[in-house]
Amino acid sequence: MYYGPGLCGKTTNLQFIYKKTNPEQKGKLISLATETERTLFFDFLPLALGDIRGFKVRFHLYTVPGQVFYAASRKLILKGVDGVIFVADSQIERMEANIESMDDLKINLAEQGYSLEKLPYAVQYNKRDLPNVAPVDEMNKLLNGSSAQWFEGVAPTGVGVFETLKGVARQVLLELKKHY
Amino acid sequence: MAGSDLVMYDSEFHKIDEELQKLHQQANANIVFLVDKNGQLIASAGDTHNIDTTSLASLTAGNIAATGGIARLLGEKEFSILFHEGEKDNIHISLIGQRVILVVIFDQRSSIGLVRLRVKKTADVLARIFDEMTSKAEKEKVEGGKTAESPFAEISDEDIDNLFR
Repeated sequence: MYYGPGLCGKTTNLQFIYKKTNPEQKGKLISLATETERTLFFDFLPLALGDIRGFKVRFHLYTVPGQVFYAASRKLILKGVDGVIFVADSQIERMEANIESMDDLKINLAEQGYSLEKLPYAVQYNKRDLPNVAPVDEMNKLLNGSSAQWFEGVAPTGVGVFETLKGVARQVLLELKKHY
Repeated sequence: MAGSDLVMYDSEFHKIDEELQKLHQQANANIVFLVDKNGQLIASAGDTHNIDTTSLASLTAGNIAATGGIARLLGEKEFSILFHEGEKDNIHISLIGQRVILVVIFDQRSSIGLVRLRVKKTADVLARIFDEMTSKAEKEKVEGGKTAESPFAEISDEDIDNLFR
């Protein structure tokens, strides 16, 4: 599940993964978006990554709508989540939006009985190619108090995109190992 | 994750599959399928070759979730049946036992009345199968915890790296 403030690049992450995976591994990328390409309900990308000991491993990637306005939809999509990637917008002027979205994520997870500390989870500091970005140290202080795994990203060119996905996928699989 | 996990054995899958086949035939439907509330396809019957069932399953679950959200806003527990009418095809979606979603796609060769009637019968049978599955799973949990050979027990870092090659 990709979470984060509006226009932080969640859908762009999914689009890059879609572009770079073999046709036989992926399903359709579904985007329920408005005419201006803002996500309305969710984006969805099914990925079949291969086998582990003869068992097929499939991931379903979702994004939530980032805009504050769509709070009710965001809550619905979090139900049954196995792992979260928080995509933060590195631009200094978006820091407040990042913090607001992070608080929103924590509240919504708590409502479903989850917490970030217990879920497979990573942070992606996106848009590192832009000129006015905040230093990673500072973003870690503001957004990553629990010292979760983090990655730097430039989603349109794919920097950090697969690294982040792999980071959380690994945690999800290890979580399965613990429980079964 | 907790609570939503579903462990299904071959015999149970066959029972479910059989019920879907029966419904497909008796309701004169094009396609019948069963999805869990998280959007994972469980089983299907009918001509699914030309249809992207994975996306259909995910969107159906999203649809049920959105309708459930509306229900709660209105003080309803849930809307257990959704029906969408198209020019050629229609889709009948019903929630079974708060757990799984039964979807029937049909055209003018059938009718909403027939579909509703047959779905009701199938839903009762499926609800019973899923109840049995749940109580069986709970019993196993009490008796011995983990099932004999877990496919996940031996996952190594290398296995995970291989997935992303």
